[in-house]
Amino acid sequence: MNEHKNDNEEAQSAVSRRGFLKGIGGGFIGSAAVGTGLLGEQAAAAVTGPPTMSGPQRITLHINGTQRQLDVEPRTTLLEALRDRLQLTGSKEVCDRGQCGACTVLIDGVAVLACMTLAADVGQREVTTVEGLAPEGQMNDLQQAFVAQDALMCGFCTPGFVMAGEALLRTNPTPTAGEIRMGVSGNVCRCGTYPKVFEAIEVTAKKRRS
Amino acid sequence: MASWKPYDEMKVMGQRQPRLDGPEKVTGRARYTYDQRPPGMLYGVLLTSPHAAARVVAIDADRARALPGVRAVLTDIHPTGNVRFAGEYVAAVAAVNKQVALDAVALIEVNWQTRAHVVTLWEAIDEDAPRVFADKDNVTESERGDGDVDAGFSQAETIVEAEFFTQVQTHSPLETHGSVAAWDGDELTVWDSTQAVHGVREGLAKALEMPANKVRVICHHMGGGFGAKLGPGAYSVIAAKLARQAGAPVQLMLSRKDQHLSVGNRPDSWQQLKLGATKDGQFTAFECTTWGSGGIGGRGGVSQPYVYSFPAWKQQHHDVATNTGGARAFRAPGRPQACFAMEQIIDEMAWKLGLDPLDVRLRNDGNETRHEQWRIGAERIDWPRWRRREPGAGAGPIKRGVGMGASIWFTGGRGTKAQMDILSDGTVEVRCGTQDLGTGTRTLVAAVAAEELGLPIAAINARIGDSDFPYSGGSGGSTTAPSVAPAIKNTAEKAKAELAIVVARHLGVAADTLSFVDGTVRVASGQTLSWREACAMLGANAVSVQGEWQEGLSGSNVAGCQFAEVEVDTETGRISVIKVVAVADCGLIVDRLTTESQVNGAVIQGISYALLEERIMDSETGRMVNADFENYKVLGALETPEIDVILYDQPERGVIGIGEPPTIPTSAAVANAVYHAIGVRLRDLPMTPDKVLRALEGA
Ligand code: FES
Ligand code: FES
Repeated sequence: MNEHKNDNEEAQSAVSRRGFLKGIGGGFIGSAAVGTGLLGEQAAAAVTGPPTMSGPQRITLHINGTQRQLDVEPRTTLLEALRDRLQLTGSKEVCDRGQCGACTVLIDGVAVLACMTLAADVGQREVTTVEGLAPEGQMNDLQQAFVAQDALMCGFCTPGFVMAGEALLRTNPTPTAGEIRMGVSGNVCRCGTYPKVFEAIEVTAKKRRS
Repeated sequence: MASWKPYDEMKVMGQRQPRLDGPEKVTGRARYTYDQRPPGMLYGVLLTSPHAAARVVAIDADRARALPGVRAVLTDIHPTGNVRFAGEYVAAVAAVNKQVALDAVALIEVNWQTRAHVVTLWEAIDEDAPRVFADKDNVTESERGDGDVDAGFSQAETIVEAEFFTQVQTHSPLETHGSVAAWDGDELTVWDSTQAVHGVREGLAKALEMPANKVRVICHHMGGGFGAKLGPGAYSVIAAKLARQAGAPVQLMLSRKDQHLSVGNRPDSWQQLKLGATKDGQFTAFECTTWGSGGIGGRGGVSQPYVYSFPAWKQQHHDVATNTGGARAFRAPGRPQACFAMEQIIDEMAWKLGLDPLDVRLRNDGNETRHEQWRIGAERIDWPRWRRREPGAGAGPIKRGVGMGASIWFTGGRGTKAQMDILSDGTVEVRCGTQDLGTGTRTLVAAVAAEELGLPIAAINARIGDSDFPYSGGSGGSTTAPSVAPAIKNTAEKAKAELAIVVARHLGVAADTLSFVDGTVRVASGQTLSWREACAMLGANAVSVQGEWQEGLSGSNVAGCQFAEVEVDTETGRISVIKVVAVADCGLIVDRLTTESQVNGAVIQGISYALLEERIMDSETGRMVNADFENYKVLGALETPEIDVILYDQPERGVIGIGEPPTIPTSAAVANAVYHAIGVRLRDLPMTPDKVLRALEGA
């Protein structure tokens, strides 16, 4: 944590460019906007201009049954906090804007996109990541079914699918085939594992019922 | 020539084996390049060109350098300063976290001198179009052919001419391209999301002008490539340079936008086809004029004439350069485009002649394997029932139809080396410098080793994805399985022979009286040792051998065919694929479960190509307007049909690669099914609802 604390002290003056960028509708325009006049100047103004919120804040996250204290900037997303600060790299960043589901975690049992959630907004709520479903590396039944059915290939989307599937089964223990599809419809898999993902969720639902 | 043991004696190969890295991946423990966090790691971000054609006059990065938290800034990463597409890398920053790096990049001022650009094939072929390369035409022509085309067409009783278009598709692997670079003195370690650890090592050494034996490239897990990650990336070199300047490891992963723009795509195509046939459906000649734009890469090949036999054919092709990111190999380069057009014109010919489209294909298909596959596929989709339905005949606004398409892919194996250690405690480690793209290579390595040693797959520690391991080539062209499996078998065979010598000496028997079965070592005389007991005889002298690829264990020329059933809503224009029957040539199957997944994935990508994906360029700004996952659509769970995967076993042909072939015919089969459903042909990919409605209006 110490090393990160220093990082943040140094970064303090950088204020909340992310908030600014999100405000104008895109989290990632830096590269396209630079040096093109207006946008470039606006981005620069956002860095030197009056901040809306600034500086690190000490927060406590309740993650996978433990409490983790860390200093985050207001703009730090839950996904960044997990991946870059807490070494919980199971949740993936794929699109960074709510279009793929790879960053899906559970907050109080409900599926949430960690890339669209600010770490400072999580508060006392309980966050469960894909690592949290398998304490000490022991896979839960859904994870076991993913392996058995081969519901993963490159596996980069897989943590997101596992979490979406888990969220579905917790809210709807008897999903129909259509509901299973709907439950993971916010998740993208480029390798094309969908048919086996459906099987894995179905098998697990059956198992949990019996 | 080397050979496999009889298929029915195999205990591990050919079974349904869950992939070995599954548990790591489903629990989030698998560390991809994106997940590497060496101590003190900095985050790199690229500044890319917003202009499609421009010269960098000056870069002022003083404000970026002054920003607290910034540790390295590079402003000389573009080789010439002459930018040819929006998205080229012009500067890079490494900082203590990603936000600071993004802030710093926004502070870099670039003075640009822009030029006129051209970003679409249509504009680029215009005589007055701006040139992408000052010293070269945008269009490069070439011609291929065989036989007397004019004579062929004069023998034809029917001629069909038609025009087809396919779009630019980006690879869109979920893990973007990227590297983590860490220096230790003059030695460099790079974690890279790559399809070729050895290739990246060589490329990096060259680019950094350092000896290759001081570079190590690691890729334990990677989040997809599909051809886009075969070569060493400029981003890897930049990461290494940033790391050197900062004196700390640097992670540089491309953004989703960078990924769409700068690291490859499947070129588009414009194809004018002409097909001649006798009235009983025998082809007499084929001719086509094709264009394809591979961006600044220039090459936009279209592999006509695809699959079928023509007594005479001619292709006049035009590679077209545009101010867009260069094309790269993408899952069967040049084939899906060609297949989409060819299978449709054949279909058109068949319906025009009043013949069964399947019969016309069988008559002109010279591939024996596929004849059998056509039969199997037709039965599974119930083609005899569907063939009786006239195109567009269904009642009501929602119509169904069935279509088909065929594929061939060369694949084949090549040089790979591997190393195996058998230790005295009975553990086995096999090392090979190949990599697992999500195809299941790690599992394949273990399965082949286990089969040869008579052990369960869990007994093998298969280590891959490291350039410190024996050489294996890049994972492209569906060559990985046929390259790696023979090398592992050969290595395991040698290791087993060495172990046998030691055990035989201990027992005072001849080595050739030993056999390795079911985790035991059996002596012809009747004595049986457990594997562990046998290995204990090694004492301090572990077995450590190297082996390599051998002739006779792998095959090539992978045939396949697919049938698709679709439903078209003629009121909304929406196409839903209901079912795909995919008959895939599999040679000797190493792992039935992961092979099935490969076919599923290929079909799904094919449907995605058929219905959704398209890079859209804005001519005015020269930029891609949908460089994300919201507007660049990739097929999702709701659009996934039932996929009936039929693995067509031919163990006698040895191990073959299956990654590419099954993605080729899907879009063609879907397009033919759409025609069968609505009686109107869609000649332009992707087949979006607006195009369906327009086609119906024009009908
Ligand atoms: S990374 Fe969060 S939805 Fe894509
Ligand atoms: S398994 Fe590769 S993206 Fe889903």
